[in-house]
Formats: sequence, structure tokens, C-alpha cells
Amino acid sequence: MKKLLVYLRDYKKETVLAPLFKMLEATFELFVPLVMAAIIDRGIGGGNAAYVWRMGGLLVALGVIGLVCSITAQYYAAKAAVGFSTKLKHALFAHIQSLSFTEIDTLGTSTMITRMTSDVNQAQNGVNMVLRLFLRSPFIVFGAMIMAFTIDVKAAFIFVVTIPLLSAVVFGIMMLTMPLYKKVQAGLDSVLGATRENLTGVRVIRAFNKEQEEIDSFEEKNNALAHMQLFVGKLSALTNPVTYIIINAATILLLYTGAVRVNEGTITQGEVVALVNYMSQILVELVKLANLIITITKALACANRIQNVFEIQSGMEWEKRVSGDTAEVSAEAYAVEFEHVHLAYAGAGAESLSDIDFRVKKGETVGIIGGTGSGKSSLVHMIPRFYDATRGFVKVDGRDVREYSMEELRHKIGMVPQKAVLFQGTIKENLLWGKEDATEEELWQAVETAQAKEFVGQKDGKLEFYIAQAGRNLSGGQRQRLTIARALVGQPEILILDDSASALDYATDAALRQAIGRMEGDTTVFIVSQRASSIRYADQIIVLDDGEMADIGTHEELLERCSVYQEIYYSQYPKEKEAQA
Amino acid sequence: MTGQRTTIIKVLHYIRKYWLYLALSVVMAALTVTLTLYLPILTGRVIDLIIDKGRVDFAGVFAILKTMAAVIGATAAAQWIMNVCNNKMTYRIVQDIRNEAFRKIEILPLKYIDGHSYGEVVSRVIADVDQFADGLLMGFTQFFTGLITILGTLGFMLSVNVGITGVVVLITPLSFLVAAFIAKKTYTMFRVQSETRGEQTALIEEMIGNQKVVQAFSHEDEVLEEFDEINDRLGKCSLKAIFYSSITNPSTRFVNNLVYAGVAVTGAVFAIHGGISVGQLSCFLTYANQYTKPFNEISGVVTELQNAIACAARIFALIEEEPQIPDKENAAALKDVEGRVALEHVDFSYVPDKELITDFNLAVKAGQRVAIVGPTGCGKTTVINLLMRFYDVCAGKICVDGEDIRDVTRKSLRANYGMVLQETWLKAGTVRDNIIMGKPDATEEEIVTAAKASHAHSFIKRLPKGYDTVIGEDGGNLSQGQKQLLCITRVMLCLPPMLILDEATSSIDTRTEIRIQKAFATMMQGRTSFIVAHRLSTIREADVILVMKDGNIIEQGNHETLLAQKGFYANLYNSQFAG
Repeated sequence: MKKLLVYLRDYKKETVLAPLFKMLEATFELFVPLVMAAIIDRGIGGGNAAYVWRMGGLLVALGVIGLVCSITAQYYAAKAAVGFSTKLKHALFAHIQSLSFTEIDTLGTSTMITRMTSDVNQAQNGVNMVLRLFLRSPFIVFGAMIMAFTIDVKAAFIFVVTIPLLSAVVFGIMMLTMPLYKKVQAGLDSVLGATRENLTGVRVIRAFNKEQEEIDSFEEKNNALAHMQLFVGKLSALTNPVTYIIINAATILLLYTGAVRVNEGTITQGEVVALVNYMSQILVELVKLANLIITITKALACANRIQNVFEIQSGMEWEKRVSGDTAEVSAEAYAVEFEHVHLAYAGAGAESLSDIDFRVKKGETVGIIGGTGSGKSSLVHMIPRFYDATRGFVKVDGRDVREYSMEELRHKIGMVPQKAVLFQGTIKENLLWGKEDATEEELWQAVETAQAKEFVGQKDGKLEFYIAQAGRNLSGGQRQRLTIARALVGQPEILILDDSASALDYATDAALRQAIGRMEGDTTVFIVSQRASSIRYADQIIVLDDGEMADIGTHEELLERCSVYQEIYYSQYPKEKEAQA
Repeated sequence: MTGQRTTIIKVLHYIRKYWLYLALSVVMAALTVTLTLYLPILTGRVIDLIIDKGRVDFAGVFAILKTMAAVIGATAAAQWIMNVCNNKMTYRIVQDIRNEAFRKIEILPLKYIDGHSYGEVVSRVIADVDQFADGLLMGFTQFFTGLITILGTLGFMLSVNVGITGVVVLITPLSFLVAAFIAKKTYTMFRVQSETRGEQTALIEEMIGNQKVVQAFSHEDEVLEEFDEINDRLGKCSLKAIFYSSITNPSTRFVNNLVYAGVAVTGAVFAIHGGISVGQLSCFLTYANQYTKPFNEISGVVTELQNAIACAARIFALIEEEPQIPDKENAAALKDVEGRVALEHVDFSYVPDKELITDFNLAVKAGQRVAIVGPTGCGKTTVINLLMRFYDVCAGKICVDGEDIRDVTRKSLRANYGMVLQETWLKAGTVRDNIIMGKPDATEEEIVTAAKASHAHSFIKRLPKGYDTVIGEDGGNLSQGQKQLLCITRVMLCLPPMLILDEATSSIDTRTEIRIQKAFATMMQGRTSFIVAHRLSTIREADVILVMKDGNIIEQGNHETLLAQKGFYANLYNSQFAG
């Protein structure tokens, strides 16, 4: 939490003024019983109606000042809290964006979204409440005690005993029940899980005639939950009666002491009333404080979770300066080289890629084929340096990818990811991701190559067609073609298609490959696919099996000698196998 | 309104079981409130006995202090009993309702479950029940105690002095007016805030969710810019909403202070003229401080109550949902099934007006294989739904070994089918728990044999705790192929005479798929099988192929005859497999 306080730095004034004004308000509130005592003793006692009216006016004045102070405090508190969360969100968002793929994988998207949204909101609420109440409540509690001392030392000692006792009860019960409420929440989660499971698995459960068993297991969970709730309920049901007894027992003592002191002539009747009033102020504030502590604990937990995200540093360092020697790429340098590359993901026991070694010339097309989990995507992800090799080197244009700056490397590469992701906005806005200043003509060119011209042309507004969130108003194949077009707009030197034609039919897939082949410039193309037909005509085909390169070669070579390739190929072209046999 | 009334009557039905707690709670609430209000009066009397130096009636003071002690003890006890009763009633009712709702889920027709999102049903069982309990039961007690407090305070105040009571009653409403005014003013601000927040969340989900794409295009700066624009806007409208709504408390407190000052002045003036005593004035001041609280609570409770009734109505709608048609009374159990399946003149549709399957006839001999093919979304699962009697036919009948499946128990019908769906479903629990679903008393040996037969043993063995590895809800950390293998093992263990298999599409790699294929082949030997097929070999080897399109069965025959027809199947075959 402490480190997050940096984001309050620009709101120093507000953070100080908010509690200050709250305390001012509390101070004026503490004067009220004294004024009342004066009304009783001098107004009523002296039969002075004019004095009563004056004091009444003073009460109203105190109220007005209190109102002004309080509203000022609320304003500063709100300003500081909102400012804090705005700055925090900005920093957090920027930080999350700076994380590399490895960290994104370990953290998980949904976690990060929760941190950005509900956790930050809770933290904001926490800051707001702390600024408003955290000083006010203790101030009133101790203020009341100090005021009691100004009236009568002996009576004030009752406060000295009562306050710790009350605090012990209020906070003790709270501390005791808080972990129990967590258990209740866990119980509720398991009841929820069971319900959800029975809905998603309804067919299987019924097919296996498991209804009664499921009912029994649900009722067991549900009954355990109720049992736990009752137990916690019994504990927290004690809070009110016990505090009631303590505070009123103290009042009885106070009245008795008051009676003795008045009889001695040390204090007046009005002062006894004031003492009783101070006593009742204490309880209200302590209860507020207890609630506040619950809010703060929640906010702190959220703040710590946010802090944890900040502490995750990107495991990848990028070269800062952009080297100017791009022109120096020698003609014979390979476009992409893998030199005995190994890759193990963070936290994974085994390597996902081992000893990958190959070289690709400029303008070549490389096919990568293999089963799921064989490491196809991992391999191509290493070219734009989404992940770093644990051993070995990946080179682009003869230079280690670790020597490039992020922009320089990634601008060379056009990536079409497996999942066809488009963003809310027009088709044009989406395509411009590939190249900010692309002309209309360049956009259409890319769209045409990606075999998307026909359907884009039919959309209302063509390039201005608005894509809904997650591309819901486009079909899977349309989305895929637009993601391809997006990558093409930047005219990348290296184009990577990561199984990105899976939703296209065979004819479109073939047309796409031909169009890419006709593109200007020496684009090096990587095609990852499960379909043998997609990679069949590549200059080189890399066959991956369980993270290892089973073989590399042309279609004909591989069909001749590579058993994994044969297995894949013939499972998709059974006819040819029969023809051979 | 009548809807609300019937809901309340149904709620009462659940409360009836706990009426003793309810009665006790009500009595204790009344007692608590009365005693709490009585205490300031006693305090006032004591103060009146402490007048000045040497003018203290100690005997009187002691007598009243003793009464006070008794009152305090009684109040605390009553309050505790009330709390405990409320808890008991609330949580037991919640428990009852949840159990009942769950039992209903298990007998709901599939039509209901398919037609409602899971989230919606879950939220009825969890969130709605909680809201209902909190709102209705807690709300009721708050409402009740609040009401008694208001009436009691009024009564006590009136009995002491009518004039000062007037001051309290006249100024207090100001506090509600202020609160209502602020609430109305801030409503739009909160709406703007939540809209902007929604906009921001959408952006966060989109960009963080697809961060890999953002990074691949080095688009971080642009995205951050977009984020900041919304973030600043949100900051501005949040400040407004939070600040203006936070004025409510100080303002009502201010009105309270006005009431206090009013009581102090009028009370003191009355006291000077001997209208009331100082003790009574102090009692009044206490009342004035407390008087607005129950009003605020009650106004909150009313919305909460309405919300709770709405929640209750949703829960009852689920509980009262028409269950599936129960088994016939004289329904026999299917025994010694050979596996002859016949569909005779079957009509079926999900929606009454939209015809789907009409006059469908099919006779499957024992041990035959039936392949169901067609493009995605053509309704291949409809056939599964009918065979397993997840849905009933609208007309005609389906027979197993000559028996109409509506004349036998569902339990025995389903026990005779082994089903492996493409959408694998595993329950949270160990691997073993999942395998033995169909045969809870299976021995270790039987389990391993089944796992070996389905080619799952080798990967299960390599899991951290083998067969006792706990897998999370919906399979958690297993791959799609592994999940499928587990589902096959589950069926392999009991091997019923008829099978329903759903072949996986492309998400599984070739090698696992070969394993699954082999496992399927082992299972199908000598069993009547229905296969939703994607693989050419499966289709070609089938005795009967059903070709489906748009939910309807359009062609029927074997591979050769269908190809010869040169119809939809021939077309499909050529485009999909010959390429």
C-alpha cells in the first residue's frame, strides 16, 4: 500500500486539508454538550430566557460552521481520492502494457482486468473513507474524554476505563468474525460452483443418472454453509447487546459519581447532563470506526494486490536506442535465423522448444506444421521477440533480436495471431494499426491481398464500417481476413500467419497464399498450419513434434523421409495413401 | 401489485416452519425498543434528583439506578434473543430455498436449461436468494423496530411535553427533503459516472484482453492515450458524483443539529417557566438525537423490500417451473437391451410454430453404426437430445428393442447409453471421481483396465497424483484432448449396449485424435452406435448415414447410395474431403 501513496503526491494539500476540516467539525461538535450545560445551569438555573436564546443561537452557529467545515472536507477528500485513482489507473495501465508475454501468461488477463477495475475502485473508496473518517472518529472519542476531564477529573476516569473496554469488545468481535466471514464466502463459492456445474453438465449428469447424488452433495455443501453462517451470526449478534451493557453501565456509574460530586458542590447539574451526552457520543463513533476498519482492510487487500502487479517487472529488456545502420544489412544475410534455440516458459517443467535450428533467406516462404502443443506458435512468437530464448539465438537480418529496439523489430514484422482479434471501431481504424499514415489506396491494396475486398466492399460504409466489440458483427472468416489485411498494411519484411486461415475455405486459403506470393518486395513469409494443403508449396517446411524439429525440407523430401509428416499428411489425404498402397 | 401479494404469501409459506422464531423475534424487538426508549426517562429522573450542592436525594438516585441496571440487562438479553432468532430464521429459510431450487434444477426439462443462460440461473440460486434474505427478513425487522421506535418516541415525547414535541416533528422532515433533493440531483451524475466507467471497463477488457496483439503492433502509446482520455473524463465525473452525494451526511446532520438547538431553546424556556424539569429536557435531547435515525432506515428499507420481493419472485419462478414429465407410473426398467432402435414417424421442433423434423423414420439393427453428418450448426445434437430423451418427440415414437422410450424409466434408458460429447464436461474432483461416474463401485483394476482401453492411462499416470489428481471445475488444467479421453474412459468403464459419440473437430492434434479414434473403435464393437461424425473413415464405415441440414434430416442411406444420389451429401463430401 505504502508505495501506492506516491499517487497521492499531487494531492498533498487535499490529503492534509480533508482530515483537518473534519477535525474542526468534530471540535465544534464537542462543544455542544458544554453549551447545553451552560443553558441548564445559567439559563434555566438563573431563569434567564435571553441567555437561553443566545446559547440557542450559538448552537445553530456551531451547526453552520460544522456544516461548512464538513462539506469542505468532503470536497477535498473526494478530490484526493478520485485524483489518486485516476493517476493510479494510468500508471497501472501503462505498467501492464509494458509487461512481456511471459508475465501476461503468468498473471492472466482476467486478473489484470479485475486489478484495473474493481480493485482500484475499492482502493479509491478506501482513500476517501480514510481521509473523511479515520481521524474524525478517534478524535471524537478522545475529545469526549478530554472534555470530560475539563469538567471533572474523577468522573473522567470512568471514560478512561470505558473506552478501552468498548474498543476491545467492538474490535475483538470484529477480528474474530472477519476470518469466519471469509470462510462463509468460500462456502458460498462452493455452493455457487456446484450450481454452475450442474447446469453446464446437465446432459452428462442425467446420462449417468447422477441426479440424486448431485442433490445430496449440494445439500451437504449448502447445509455446511448455513451452519457456518449461523455460527458467525451468533458471534456478531453479541456486539450490540454487549456494547449496550457497557456504555449504559458506565452511564450509571457516571450518574452516581455525578450525584456525589454535585452533592459536594464540585460540579453542577448541567455538567452531569454534559457528561452523559459525551458518553453517548463515544459509542456511535466507535461503531463507525469499526465499519471503517472493515472498509480499510478490504481496500488494503486490494491495494496490495495492485502493488503486486506493480512489482512484476517485465523480464525483457529492450535496446533503447534505434540503431541507424539498417541500410547495412548485407544482401546475403538471412532474413531469419534460429541457432540452436531452446525455450522453456516461466514455471513450466519441460522445454516447449528444444534445439530449433534453421535459416531462412529473404523472400522465402516457410511452412510450419505439427500437432497442437508441438510448439508451432511458440516458434513464430520468438521472431518478434514475444519470448526470449532460454538458450541459443534468434536473429533477424543477421542481428540478434535482443539488439533491436522494440519499435524497430516489430515494425519489420507483420503478425497475424491465431485468434482473430479486432477492436471496436471502423475497419479503417483497425487497419491503421499496421501503419498509422497508410493511404486509402494502401489500405485497399492490403484488403485485396487478404481476400477481403469483396465483403468489405459490400459493407455499409465500406472501410468506414463500424466493427462491434470483439468483432461480433463479422463472421469468423471475415475477421481472420481483416487481421491479415491489418498485418499487410505495414508492408512488413516478415509476415507471420499463425494458423490464421483456419476459418477460410480451401479455395480462399489458396487464393490468399497466391496473392501473398505476388506481393511486391521480398517478403519472408511464415505459415503455421494444421492443414497440409496450406504449407505444401512452401520453400521449406519445418515439422515440429513435441517441441523438437522432426525434420525440415520441401514437401516432396518430407513425404519421402519424415514419418511425422507422412502421418499428418495421409490423415488428411487418405486417398493418396490408398493410391500409394 | 397482486404479483407482489402472491409473492409475499409464498414467502410466508417458507416462514411458517419457523413461526416460533418469528413470533419471538417480534416480541423481543418490541421489548428492546420500549426499554431502550424508557432508559433516557430514567436518566432524566436521576438528573432531577441531583439538583445542587447538598440537594441530592441519594435514596431516590439509588432506587432508580437499580431499575436502570435491570432495564439495561433486560434490553441486552432481548436484543440478543432477537438477533439470534432472526439469524436462525434467515439462514434456515435461505438453506431451504436453495435446496429446493437445486432439486428443481435436477428435474427441469432440458428445454428450460438450454433456453436460459447458466449465469442467470446461478444468480437466481445464489445472489437472488441472498438479496431476498437480507432484504426481506432483515428489512422486515428493521422496518418493524423502526416503526415502533418512531411511535414509541412520539408517545414518550407527547407524554412529557406537547410543545417541544411539535418542534421536533416540524423540523425533522427537513432532513428528508434535503436528502431526497441531493439524491435527485446526484442521480444523473451517478448515471454519467457508471456509463463512463462502463466505457473504461470495455476498453480495459478489450486492450488488456488482447494485449498480445497490441504489443505485436507496438500500439501501446496510442492505446494509453485513448485510455487516458476516458480516464480523465471519468475522474471529472466521479469527483462530481462522489462529492455531491457526500454532502448528504453533513446536511442531514446539520438539520439534526437544528432540531437539537430547537429542542434546547424551547425546552429551556419551558423549563424556566417550570413546564418541564431539567431531567425531562435531557431526555428530550436524547430523543431528538435518535428521532431521525429510524426514518432514514425505513426509507432505505422500502426500496430494499421492493428489490427483495422482486428477487423472491425470480426465485419462485424457478422453483415453480414446470418439471419434466415424470416417468409413467407403471414404467418398466429396460433390461437386457439388444440395441435395436427405431424412430417411427417422428415429428420434433424446439419451438411450436417452427417445424424442424417431420415424419422421420429410421430402423437401426442391433450393433449397427449410424453416422450423423452435416455442416456445423445443422442440429446434429437434436438427434442426441431425442435418443437420450433429453427432449420428448412431438409426435411419433422412438423405440428401443420395441419399447416406446416413454414407457420405460428414464434412468434405465440412459443407463443403456454410453455418451461422449464433444463439449467435454468434467466435474470438480479427482480423476477417479470422474471416471467412476457410471459405476461408483468399480475396483481399481477395472478403472485401470478401462483407462488403458481408452488410451488415457499413460497420461493419467503422469499427472502429479495419478488417478487422485484433483482437476478443477470444467477440467481446468487438462488439454482438450485429455479431457475427451477421460470422458471416453468414463463410458468405457460401464460399456452400455448403445453408444452416442460426438467426434471432435479440429481442436485436437492428430496424434491424440488417433488415440481417441482407436478408443472409439474398441468401444463400438458389437454395440449400436450413433456418431456425430467429422472423419471420412467413420462416415464410410457407417451402416447408415443421416445427412442433416438446418436442423432437418434431408438424406439417409449408406456412403455409396448417397454418393449415387448426387445430392447434398455428395456435394458436402466433394467439397470437404476430396480437396
